[in-house]
Amino acid sequence: MRVALFVTCVNDALYPRTGIAVVRLLERLGVDVDFPEAQSCCGQPQYNTGYRHETEPLLRRTAKAFAGYEYVVTPSGSCAAMIREHYPRIGRKAAGEGRGTELAEAAESLAPRVYELTEFLVDVLGVTDVGAYFPHTVTYHPSCHGLRSLGLGDRPRRLLAAVKGLDLVELPGAEECCGFGGTFAVKNPDVSAAMGTDKIDNAAASGAEVLCGADNSCLAHLDGLLRRADAPLRAVHLAEILAATEEEPLS
Amino acid sequence: MTGTYLGMPAFPAFPEAAGEAVRDEVLRANLRHATHTIRDKRARAVAELEDWDRLRAAGKAIKDHTLRHLDCYLLQLEESVTAAGGTVHWAADADEANRIVTDLVRATGEREVVKVKSMATQEIGLNEALEAAGIAAYETDLAELIVQLGHDRPSHILVPAIHRNRGEIRDIFRSEMGSWGRPAPEGLGDDPRELAEAARLHLREKFLRAEVAVSGANFMVAETGTMVVFESEGNGRMCLTLPETLISVVGIEKVVPTFRDLEVFLQTLPRSSTAERMNPYTTMWTGTAAGDGPSAFHLVLLDNGRTDTLADETGRQALRCIRCSACLNVCPVYERAGGHAYGSVYPGPIGAILSPQLRGTGSEIDATLPYASTLCGACYEVCPVAIDIPEVLVHLRERVAQGGPVTREGIRVTLRPAHGHTAERAAMRAARLLLDRPGALRAGERLLARARRLAPRRLPGPGRAWTDTRALPAIPAESFRDWWTRERGTSQ
Repeated sequence: MRVALFVTCVNDALYPRTGIAVVRLLERLGVDVDFPEAQSCCGQPQYNTGYRHETEPLLRRTAKAFAGYEYVVTPSGSCAAMIREHYPRIGRKAAGEGRGTELAEAAESLAPRVYELTEFLVDVLGVTDVGAYFPHTVTYHPSCHGLRSLGLGDRPRRLLAAVKGLDLVELPGAEECCGFGGTFAVKNPDVSAAMGTDKIDNAAASGAEVLCGADNSCLAHLDGLLRRADAPLRAVHLAEILAATEEEPLS
Repeated sequence: MTGTYLGMPAFPAFPEAAGEAVRDEVLRANLRHATHTIRDKRARAVAELEDWDRLRAAGKAIKDHTLRHLDCYLLQLEESVTAAGGTVHWAADADEANRIVTDLVRATGEREVVKVKSMATQEIGLNEALEAAGIAAYETDLAELIVQLGHDRPSHILVPAIHRNRGEIRDIFRSEMGSWGRPAPEGLGDDPRELAEAARLHLREKFLRAEVAVSGANFMVAETGTMVVFESEGNGRMCLTLPETLISVVGIEKVVPTFRDLEVFLQTLPRSSTAERMNPYTTMWTGTAAGDGPSAFHLVLLDNGRTDTLADETGRQALRCIRCSACLNVCPVYERAGGHAYGSVYPGPIGAILSPQLRGTGSEIDATLPYASTLCGACYEVCPVAIDIPEVLVHLRERVAQGGPVTREGIRVTLRPAHGHTAERAAMRAARLLLDRPGALRAGERLLARARRLAPRRLPGPGRAWTDTRALPAIPAESFRDWWTRERGTSQ
């Protein structure tokens, strides 16, 4: 099976380890991975801040970069939700404004082929034990878009629970937003920090050493708070835990 | 005054008001306790119903159908109310509604009215308008009474005094009740039972004396002309049955076609709002009846920006709202910011999409409300009429950031972008230009990687808000793109 990796712009520029982990993990599971280099940002920051028109060229680019792939896998629930939920909406609005159906068609064609990593592993590959080894106490924060827009359910936690050596502990108030919210963190800094602080306090109360998530944007916010507070916890992307083995542990 | 008025003076932008609330530890503790208690209870009450999803879909369908044919159902309602002995008045805006009610009260010769808790009358600032005309309006809902006695503003749709704890309430009762009527009993404590008894004694005098009552309504039935009020305390029923004259001020979106439609909302509203299977009091009244209840009934149908909202394809779903406040109770932003930060009688997620539509996005508060959310989606998930609040928020952000067509007082106009978005617009455009050129993106990433050791710990400008509380992510030595090329060579 051959899949295209949509690494996302945040991972490309700031968290390459996550993308590398996805490549290693999928290859270990016998999947061939392509990285179409014409890919870029999905346009979510622009769209969610109110700049729909700035999103359109990025939609067009993303759809074109992944044309011809049956499966597009991405380690971000938020970017997957952007493509699945909002691309068709943007396409329909463009058509409604009399600018043709090209965007709508591109969106409709791409949307159903995009899979968030845990969906791809559990639903398409049919695995929950990916042969990972990670001897640490971990708690999982289900980011909002994965949780509510994509309905990932317990897929991430089932994958984590199957990791050898891993002790999965419940995160109190897990389903509450961490307060990142894209430009929200900049526009409403006080509320954002208050929400994030409650989240890291809950993570500390869980007794975990590692706060795991499947969206590096949320994790950047939480990890930033953890490091500013000199907390012993660290934030790690789910893909990096799933990619870790006894031979190649997570450094 | 012209245009839409939600009974409020100018308010600071949301981020500043919310920032102040976040730093108020008592307020945060009060809100946290109250919202978490009610959200857990709501989840249990909703889980009891196997057909919740179908009830939710039915509520949405009834409301959408009614909104699509609103003109027809309002005319049918007028006919039914008139046939049942009531009088219907149409109010285009807050001023007109206030004038109608003031004139109606004046015509009775009375100088005071008792009030059933009502969002519509708060929206138009009716109490203040009556006061200016020398008429005293007494709130009879316990929480509204607390707010009124405390010279305060409501901060929640259902629990207007949610921001107060019982110690604060005792102090308000002790110092203020006497100047409005029966004073608080000597040595009043902060036990809820004692506080409720003090309110009961204070209010009973008002119920027995009042000749005029003012209410809103949760629903109006077009086919029968029936008004419906859902409540918990029974104070509403006192107001709706004892006085001689009853004036109901109701937003035009509250109409439903048939009596049967109430079947859905009788189940979804109480479970969503108070987490009860059924609310203790449901009062329904249809016009007037000889020897039973008020002998005069007036219905004031309030527009105040609603038909303009209806003209917006994406935004109109806000008019489905049945004011249950479930979205407030699950909202992590509301929980920290408190209701006052929203600068409207409609706080929380629903307020963030309703106020900028009813009032327009011209003021600072209304231009910041669409951004008062992380788009986490918890509000959409709990909404009993499935209002996609995040979708409307993003839609309104576009209106603020880029301008666009809107309907104002029935006329289609094109809005210019709100002030203060010039730099942001330029940044978004620059980001898009960079992101739309992977070669330039790669070059940018390399530049960033080379300068990584120079990265500051704190950022200036808009980034400062980030680095005040959070450390910045470390910049990697190599982007994923470069790693891929190095490891796998160029593909595609």
